[in-house]
Amino acid sequence: MDDAVALEGEHEEHTSTGLPTQKIAMWIFLSSECLLFGALITTYLLYRGRSTVGPYPNDVFDIPFTSVSSFILLGSSLTMVLALSALQHGDLRRFRIWTLTTALMGAAFIGGQVYEFTTFAKEGLHLDTNLFGSTFFTLTGFHGVHVTLGILMLLSLVGLTYSKKVTEQHTLSVELVGLYWHFVDVVWIIIFTLVYLIPDPSGGR
Amino acid sequence: MATVATPHEEKRGFLARPGATYGFMSWFTTVDHKKIGILYGASALFFFFVGGFEALLIRAQLATPNGQVLDAGAYNQIFTMHGLTMIFLVVMPLGAAFTNYLVPLMIGARDVAFPRMNALSYWVFIFGGVFLYSSFLLGGAPNGGWFGYAPNSVAEPGLNMSYYAIGLLILGISSTVSAVNLAVTIINMRAPGMTLMRMPVFIWMTLVVQFLLIFAIPVITVALIELLFDRQYGTHFFDPGVGGDPILWQHLFWLFGHPEVYILILPAMGIVSEILPVFARKPLFGYAFIVFSGIAIGFMGWGVWVHHMFTAGLGPVTNSAFAITTMFIAVPTGVKIFNWLATLWKGQLKGGTPLYFSIGFVALFVIGGLSGVTHAVVPSDYQQQDTYYVVAHFHYVLFGGAVFGLFAGLFYWWPKVFGRMLSESLGKWQFWIMFVGMNLTFGPFHILGLQGMPRRIYTYPDGMGWDIWNLVSSVGALMVGLSAVLFAVNVLLTARKPRNAPADPWDARTLEWTTSSPPPEYNFEEIPQVHALDDFWHKKYTESPAGDLVPVVAGASDTAALKNGDAGEHEKGHGGGHGIHLPSPSYWPIVLAAGLPMMGYGVLYDWKLGVAGGVVLLVGAYGWILEPSVAEAEPAPALAAASTGSEADHG
Amino acid sequence: MLSMNDATETNAEIGQPLKAREHPEAAHPTPRKYVNIAIVLGLITAFEVGIYYIEALRDVLVALLIGCMVLKFVLVARWFMHLRFDSPGYARTFITGIALAATVYVVVLLTLGIV
Repeated sequence: MDDAVALEGEHEEHTSTGLPTQKIAMWIFLSSECLLFGALITTYLLYRGRSTVGPYPNDVFDIPFTSVSSFILLGSSLTMVLALSALQHGDLRRFRIWTLTTALMGAAFIGGQVYEFTTFAKEGLHLDTNLFGSTFFTLTGFHGVHVTLGILMLLSLVGLTYSKKVTEQHTLSVELVGLYWHFVDVVWIIIFTLVYLIPDPSGGR
Repeated sequence: MATVATPHEEKRGFLARPGATYGFMSWFTTVDHKKIGILYGASALFFFFVGGFEALLIRAQLATPNGQVLDAGAYNQIFTMHGLTMIFLVVMPLGAAFTNYLVPLMIGARDVAFPRMNALSYWVFIFGGVFLYSSFLLGGAPNGGWFGYAPNSVAEPGLNMSYYAIGLLILGISSTVSAVNLAVTIINMRAPGMTLMRMPVFIWMTLVVQFLLIFAIPVITVALIELLFDRQYGTHFFDPGVGGDPILWQHLFWLFGHPEVYILILPAMGIVSEILPVFARKPLFGYAFIVFSGIAIGFMGWGVWVHHMFTAGLGPVTNSAFAITTMFIAVPTGVKIFNWLATLWKGQLKGGTPLYFSIGFVALFVIGGLSGVTHAVVPSDYQQQDTYYVVAHFHYVLFGGAVFGLFAGLFYWWPKVFGRMLSESLGKWQFWIMFVGMNLTFGPFHILGLQGMPRRIYTYPDGMGWDIWNLVSSVGALMVGLSAVLFAVNVLLTARKPRNAPADPWDARTLEWTTSSPPPEYNFEEIPQVHALDDFWHKKYTESPAGDLVPVVAGASDTAALKNGDAGEHEKGHGGGHGIHLPSPSYWPIVLAAGLPMMGYGVLYDWKLGVAGGVVLLVGAYGWILEPSVAEAEPAPALAAASTGSEADHG
Repeated sequence: MLSMNDATETNAEIGQPLKAREHPEAAHPTPRKYVNIAIVLGLITAFEVGIYYIEALRDVLVALLIGCMVLKFVLVARWFMHLRFDSPGYARTFITGIALAATVYVVVLLTLGIV
């Protein structure tokens, strides 16, 4: 069996823990991302309410709109696990559909972000306007970049099913992309609560 | 496995994998951890001379009052780059050289978990170093100190500190990728029987370091992004004028910066923990204590960072809390020191340069640690902060500690890596001159600091009473420089010797010494089966009832089985003797890596260049994902004419 | 679809020993289960947005929101990210990162006067 040439790192070989090496690596990476987003969130929380000029959060936030895009991103986590499940059951076609749906929902979320950012900009909020602009755009921008990279990875997974690098026997990459995707969703869960829903002390309502 | 009639180049086109594992070009496509380790080591040693030259410029400028060697602007660049170079381009990559080379060999593996990622880490590192140094030619090198305190670092005109931010961001990527790789290698690729508590101490320390990197680098990444954004895009993260707080920079920087110093010292501690038992010819005293204190240092290292900020005005409650945690962290280090001393105690010491540097490490690190303890006392630190006293402290622990430990490792493992022993007599000369020189250079800094000489000043007036010790220090620096030259001479002379070092010249204890010097590409004929800590030592020796070492009779143990390639209880290697599958070389790591400095220059000069860099990066990534798993085998001549009609599908 | 998967999976997967350990037959969630979790997540989110608008709950709003946030986090992590069924090592790794981040960053905020 080990004469079969397999993807680098995916050979069946002795492992000290009995767990796939790449999965351990992905969890370690996600763990490190906690420190990254933690720092950005801390910066936001530190400067909450300290902008000396507006626009302030209450002037620009559109909670209903952001709620919708939050639902979409949350839903994309569901489609992601359905995609993985489909592949594990050998249903390549369903896998492709669910994965593309996940990517589409992610893209919709990004579209929502872009719309939101441009709207805020029209209302006078830019990166350099005040502390709120600096911290908000950097935090959500970094999150958006992560989502975008995730979309790229999802599309690549579908592409790789055609070159047979992803098959019902090789589901690990899908699992790994899935973990990344759920993590990005979880970060948004935190951002949505801490940034949007928890009321900001500055400005009137 | 089906082979095709036509040569491999016409399949997959530019995605075909290179096959050569020797020759000049192979160094650019190698994924072999040993070659990558050598690349790291050579690069680090090159930068050691660069950073050393910068140090000599500093000492030339400060040898006398009102020095004329460097003006203020130049001095700021030189001292900043000296620090950045020594930390990020010397000590860290030299540590990486050892971890890359040794980890698979010490744990009985053939390579690391992700060989191409390993290559990527190296290329990103070297491109990052070149990017950082290109600043000298492109407007000016970073000049805000290695710690880049805001708001100064934000306000500095010119691109200098933007090079700082982007350069360190790139280097951070290198370290993060490498850290994940090595961590999972150690966690998941140990030889059968090598439980965690049978791993060499060097492996343990390496594991702790990788986790420190994994968790610390994201923090400085955010700090650097915020700095870069403040400088380039007008954000206000550290702008007190509109409500920002420069102290945030200090927090984020030192949250990284303190674990960073343990990242710098733990590999050297691991190295010394390997060398002392070999030269004392007895086991490391208190293996479990040394392992657990290393882990403790890793954890506790996260609880002390504010001790770099005692004078930042955070208040007595904060300061007291961190003073206490800082004092506590001296304990695990002390535990290690005592265990090392106990290892030497009553050992049958045999001389050798590795031992000299190891003992030098212990002595000098203790001195540096003691001045560190004085820093932990807050009122005392109020006097020491921003004076040369601090400079004394960290040079004793970093030079006397990390650098001495790394030199010990160089002398110790040189024969394994290159098949030649470095000259012992040159080594001893180097050691003594370096030891004396180092103390002459940095010892006086304690005095100068207590006399009130501030850090980071480009000159000082006469009449301060600082003249004599500055002069002594500069003379010491020349001695250190001379000792470094001796090392270079040693390396060059050794290269001309025949490559005939034995597999086990030091009569050592760990698995890498079971391979030839240098090891074959696949490391081990058969993956070893491990039964104990210091397994190799126990295969060579048992103890008589009186406690004397008794060599094991050849043929009466697994050693013979090892040598005869008898499968016995040894696990079949990958491929079980039918052909060991090694990861093929690849050029995608270097392609991907090249995208990063391009993006960096793009941020600084022209966004289109940045986009181009991004494209290069993506091309590199997709090439990587899509390339075949192995280089196609050259078809055997007899089969060349036959066509099987089916494509060998490598997945 | 519901019960066959593990049989075909263990035969087909080249990583068979690993998979068997990782996915004990009974514990693999079905798509139905995932949908249920997603519905719960949606309801919690709707609740969060809802209470945002209720003036009377202002005093407890932050506590409730944080509670919901944590609940959603845990649901996604344990079910979608499969931590409930996988080796505990992964969860420990993740929790280490979360705990470290939470601790040091809370300390940072405390030293700067923000709780």
